[in-house]
Amino acid sequence: MPSIPLQWYLIVAAALFCIGLYGALVRRNAVAILMGVELMLNAVNINLVAFWRYITPTNMNGQVFAIFIIALAAAEAAVGLALFIAIYRTRDTVNVEEINLLKF
Amino acid sequence: MNPFVVLSFVAVAAVTIGGGLGVVLARTVFASGLFLILSFIGVAGIYVLLEAPFLAATQVLVYVGAVAVLILFAIMLTRRVMSGSTQDNRMNNQWIAAALVALLLFALLVGTTFQQWNLSQDSPPPDSVAQLGAAFLGPYILPFEIVSVLLLAALIGAIVIARE
Repeated sequence: MPSIPLQWYLIVAAALFCIGLYGALVRRNAVAILMGVELMLNAVNINLVAFWRYITPTNMNGQVFAIFIIALAAAEAAVGLALFIAIYRTRDTVNVEEINLLKF
Repeated sequence: MNPFVVLSFVAVAAVTIGGGLGVVLARTVFASGLFLILSFIGVAGIYVLLEAPFLAATQVLVYVGAVAVLILFAIMLTRRVMSGSTQDNRMNNQWIAAALVALLLFALLVGTTFQQWNLSQDSPPPDSVAQLGAAFLGPYILPFEIVSVLLLAALIGAIVIARE
C-alpha cells in the first residue's frame, strides 16, 4: 500500500485541470489556449494513473489509456499549431478575438 | 507515512501546480511555454511516485521533448504582433467569470473525492513495462494500430496545413 492517500493525487489533478481550464478560457493568444488544453490533458492523465495504481495495479489498462491520451495529445498539438501558423500567415495575428471570419 | 515520500510528493505537486499557474499568469507567451515545461516535468515526477516509470519516461520524451518544443517553435513563428503591444492584453474581459467557473469546478471535483474508494492492496507487478507491452499487442492491438494511422494522418495534415 503506497504511503500517500489517493485523494491527494486527485486534488492535484483537479487543481491542474481547473488551472488549464482557466487558461483556455481567458487567454487571447491561440497558442496559450492550446497550452491550457495540454494542462487539462495532463491532469486527466494523472487521474488515470492514480486510479490504476490504487485500484487496479495488477491490470495495465490505466497506463494503456494514459499512453493513448499522450499520443492523441501530441497529434492534436501538431495539427493545432499548424493551423495557428497557417492563420498567422494569412491574417498576421494569433489573437483569437481577431480571428472571426466565421462570425457574423 | 514515510516522510521522504510525502516530501517528494509535496515537491512534485508544487512544481506541477506552480508551473501550471505560471502558464496561465505569465506576462509573455514565451514565459508561459517555459512554465509549461516545468509543469510537464512535475507530472513526470508524479508518475514516478505512482510507480509508473515507463509513463514518466514517455512524459519527458513526448511532452518535454516534442510537444513543448513544438509549442515554443510556434510561439517564435507567430510572435511578431504579440510582442509589439506592451500593455497587459494577454487576457480577455471575461476573466472574472472564467475564474468563478474554474473555482466552482475545483470545489465540485474536490467534493467528489471525499468518498470511500475501493482500494486494492496489491502492488504493481515488477515487470509492469513488459505487461504494458503485452497489453498493447494483446487486447489493445486494434486501438494501437489505429493510433499509428492517426499519427500518420496528423503528421501529413500538419504539413499540408502549415506549408505555403
